[in-house]
Order: sequence, then C-alpha cells, then structure tokens
Amino acid sequence: MRAQPVLYSLAVLFALAVPLLGIYPVFMMQLLCFAMFACAYNLLLGFGRMLSFGHAAFFGFAAYATGWLVSAHGWGPGFAILAGVAAAALLGLVIGALAIRRQGIYFAMITLALAQLVYFVCLEAPFTGGENGLQGIPRGTLFWLLPLHSDVVMYYVVLATFVAVFALIRRVVHSPFGQVLKAIRDNEPRAISLGYEINRYKLLAFVLSATLAGLAGSLKALVFGFVTLADVQQSTSGDVVLMTLLGGTGTFFGPVLGAGIVVTLQQYLSDVVGGWVTAIIGATFVACVLAFRRGIVGELTLLASRARRTLRPARG
Amino acid sequence: MVAAPCCAADDCIIEARGLTKEFSGFVAVCNVDLRVRRGHIHALIGPNGAGKTTFFNLLTKFLAPTRGQILYRGEDITHAKPAEVARRGLVRSFQLSAVFPHLTALENVRIALQRTHPGTFHFWKREATLAVLNDRARELLELVDLGAFAAVVAVELPYGRKRALEIATTLAMDPQLMLLDEPTQGMGHEDVDRVTALIKQAAAQRTVLMVEHNMHVVSRIADTITVLQRGQIIASGSYAEVARNPLVMEAYMGAPDGELRGGH
Ligand SMILES: Nc1ncnc2c1ncn2[C@@H]1O[C@H](COP(=O)(O)OP(=O)(O)OP(=O)(O)O)[C@@H](O)[C@H]1O
Ligand SMILES: [Mg+2]
Repeated sequence: MRAQPVLYSLAVLFALAVPLLGIYPVFMMQLLCFAMFACAYNLLLGFGRMLSFGHAAFFGFAAYATGWLVSAHGWGPGFAILAGVAAAALLGLVIGALAIRRQGIYFAMITLALAQLVYFVCLEAPFTGGENGLQGIPRGTLFWLLPLHSDVVMYYVVLATFVAVFALIRRVVHSPFGQVLKAIRDNEPRAISLGYEINRYKLLAFVLSATLAGLAGSLKALVFGFVTLADVQQSTSGDVVLMTLLGGTGTFFGPVLGAGIVVTLQQYLSDVVGGWVTAIIGATFVACVLAFRRGIVGELTLLASRARRTLRPARG
Repeated sequence: MVAAPCCAADDCIIEARGLTKEFSGFVAVCNVDLRVRRGHIHALIGPNGAGKTTFFNLLTKFLAPTRGQILYRGEDITHAKPAEVARRGLVRSFQLSAVFPHLTALENVRIALQRTHPGTFHFWKREATLAVLNDRARELLELVDLGAFAAVVAVELPYGRKRALEIATTLAMDPQLMLLDEPTQGMGHEDVDRVTALIKQAAAQRTVLMVEHNMHVVSRIADTITVLQRGQIIASGSYAEVARNPLVMEAYMGAPDGELRGGH
C-alpha cells in the first residue's frame, strides 16, 4: 500500500477543517504563503540544482506590486495578484538570464547581488513607502464575486491557490520538461552532449520558480494588508533556503513541512524568547543539516524505502 | 609516413588541423593533425596525461582550442557550441560514468530520444505524453542487454551496466560519429567482451573514435590507431604498424603484454 495518497488526504482534510478547529486562520495563511514560497524555491533548488540566495526579491517585489496597485490605484485583488505575478516573472527572466551564465556559488552570488539591488529599489522608489512600506491594503472583492474581508473566506482562497501551486509543481516535475530539467540537474555535461541547450531549460525553471514565489508574495500582501522591506530583504531569502533544506530538497512535501516548522517557531517562540528566536532557528538548522542532510522528509522517505525493501522478502 | 593515409576529403568524417590547447602555458594538445575515416573504428591510445580527453573535449567543443581548426563532414565547426555539434551527430561519452543517476534506465535513454520529440519545454503536460518513446527506448535497452533493468534507477546499476546504459543513450542519438572515452575502463572480463562486441556492432552504421587502454580491445576492433604522447601524435596506422613503431615501443617500454599502457 502506498502511504503517500493517504498522507495527502489527511493533510487536505486537516487544512479544510482549520477554521473549525479554532486555529487562527491568519497564522495558517501565513504558513501557506511561506509553504508556497518554499515549494517554488524547491523547484529551482531541488529539481534544477540552482542555489538562489535572492528569492525574496521575487516574493517581495510581487507583494509591493500587488499592494501598490490595490492601495494606490484601486485595482481588484484578482488583477493585482496577476500583475504582481507577472512582475515577478519578468524580474525572474532578467535575474535568471544573468545568473544562469554561471554555476554553483557564482550563480548564488549573482542572485544575491541582484536581489540586493531589488531591495534598494524597494527602499528608495517613490511608490513603496520607503521604511514604512505599504500599509492598510484592502482585500477587496475577488473578480467582483467573492468578498475577501472575512479571514475564513480569505483562508480558503489561499488554501485553494496553494493546492493548485503544489499540484502544478508536481506536474512540472513530472512533465517532459521536468525530465530534461532533472537530467540537467543530474549531469550537465551529459545533457549538453545529448544536444540540449541547457541554459534555456534552466531559465524556464528559474522563471517558473520566480513566478510562483511572486504569487506567494502577492497573496501575503493581501492576507496581512501590508508590505514591508522585510518581504524583500536578505533574511527572507535565507528563511526560504532554510525551510527547503530543513524539510528536504527535491521532495514534494519537504518544503511545506519546513515552512511549517520555521513559521511556527518564528511565531510562537518569539513571544517567549524574543530576539533569541533567530539563534534557535539557526541552531535547529545547523543540527538538522549535520544530522540528516536530506532534510526531514528526505530522511523519512529513505527510511521507508529501506523498511519496504527489508520487508518484501519476508512477505515472500 | 605510415601506410593507409586518410583519404579523399569526402571519405573523412572529421579532421583536426593543427589543433592545439594550452592551459596557462602548459601545452596539453600540441599541433595535432588527425583525420578519421568514415565507417572506421579509430582508436586513440597513449599514456596517462597524454591529452586524449582534452583532444575529445576540443573535438566536441567542450573546450575551445588555442589554435587550429576542426572540420566535421567538410564544415568548419571550430567555433560551434557543444550542444550544436551534438545535434549534428557528433556525440561523445565521458571518461567517468555519464548516466543521469536519479533517472531510471528507461528515462536515461528516453532523454536522448526526447530531444527531437516536440515539447521538451512543455512543463504543463503529463509525463505520459512521452510514452510513445518507450518502445524505442526499450529496444535500445535490449540491445545492450539492459531490458530487465528498465525501471531501475541508474545510480543502483552495477558499474558495467552503467557503461552499457551510456552506450545505449549515445546510440539513441543515432550519431554519425561516436566519441567514446575509455568505454571499458574498470570493467571485468565479461563486461569488456560485451561492450567490445557492442561497439563493433554499433560501428556497422557509423564511425567510432575511441580512447582505449585495453590493447586486446584495440587489436580486435580498431581499424586505425593513433598514438598520442605529451599532446603530440607519435604514430598512426594499423595495429601491426603501430606496435612495430620504435617510438611507440619506447613510450610503452616495460608495459606488460597486451596492456600497452604507460605511466603506471
Ligand atoms: N582544465 C585543465 N586545466 C589545466 N590542465 C589540464 C586541464 N585538463 C587537462 N589538463 C592537463 O592536460 C594533460 C592532459 O590531460 P588529459 O585528461 O587530456 O589526459 P588523458 O590522455 O585523457 O589521460 P588519462 O589516460 O589519464 O585519461 C594532463 O597533464 C592534465 O593535467
Ligand atoms: Mg582521459
């Protein structure tokens, strides 16, 4: 019997029941936005083996674009999200095109530097509210149909979007394009020697990842009604790396779990220990990376497949 | 000059003219002129560090030459890109195993078939749309005796099987010219025999240029042999001619019988 469909069904049931269980929907929405962000990041790192240190640029820039269109121009949430996502895709195209010319740590450094540039733009540009960010962004009505003022309604919208993104990423990984992407991840020179222009595939993966990261950022802007510099800054790029590695790169559920752990720790621990939360998360991270390099889900999958292998002959 | 010099221009699939590669002053490949005859199995031998792999990298455009020219089927490819020459039928393998470790054997071969199939960028489509290629992929796996391993992830295959998978993947490209870098390296007798037969079979419809240290293999299947030493060609011709060449004998001095391998 396959455990995966059962686990997925349980997770979806739980997610659907969240408002009934008395869990604060805004917290769950924050978690889902970051989980979406981490899944998008994992598409790049786990399936394309490209280590970006600047993914907050896409998340934050889309959040600003959406927030600004809603609050300064009165756009509805639907179109503002689409515009934010388009902005992230474009930004991904530019940054990706520059970064994929290099590999490994150089790739990472280019994404880092360009993300700093985006941060600087968001700090200085006239429409971002500088140090204050954008405040009081109304949620409005989705495509003239669905008013989003209620947290519960908003929660289901975020949940539905998350499920769609999760399914899309699975599809991408298991598509003809995904096959080529995994081949390039596994052995770049060999993929070249089979005639593939690998940079085109890497760029597409980068743009897809940036686009979905942007979607997460745009949603977060509406959920909270504000966008601040924290959304584009370096530490947010660091957070998403951490979430992905912690949960397990190259697994589907890993980034979701990683985001859950990090967001929960940040939320509840900061009430108790204040500024120490960063140190605690850092220590957890180091411990995890040292103890299980594949991340939590990665290690569990390995254990499960080992167990299955030892059980099989016993059953005959 | 050695006998059987290569040949009228249209008989020659690839030609290197004065090919030189320097690595910050160190000359790894020095003024090499080489012509590979269409339909031949051409072996490139030479001690460790002679520049064989570097020469392969130059021919397949993975490295840019410092000087010299490369003609492939009469066209100058000196400034082409590696993926481009691959698409034109000049396909290489690598000295170290070159499979896609996390893909299954079937998927490995299918990646090569997939490139000419429409939609390598289709990220929204199901993997099942590739199923039309599975039959051809299975055929190629059968050809190298890997039929039973189709669903096995490449990383879990034994070493000899990985090399066979590599050859199947290369064959899937239907190359005109196959460049094989030590295809039998590190294999047991049985695997060596199997791979040798396979190369011989594959060469029926194409040209093979191979780096090979195993002299049994070379003597059995190579039509022409070129010996490289310190980046330069010291001899070229049939096995009998090359083995008699005093320069070659000197380069391989003390090497055990049948293993004309210098350097260690
Ligand atoms: N990228 C590089 N930078 C500097 N030197 C290099 C580089 N690649 C190869 N060399 C040097 O060039 C020489 C030839 O190397 P090459 O790998 O082509 O030898 P080879 O004939 O394939 O040897 P082997 O039988 O061990 O595979 C060696 O001395 C090697 O150290
Ligand atoms: Mg070599």
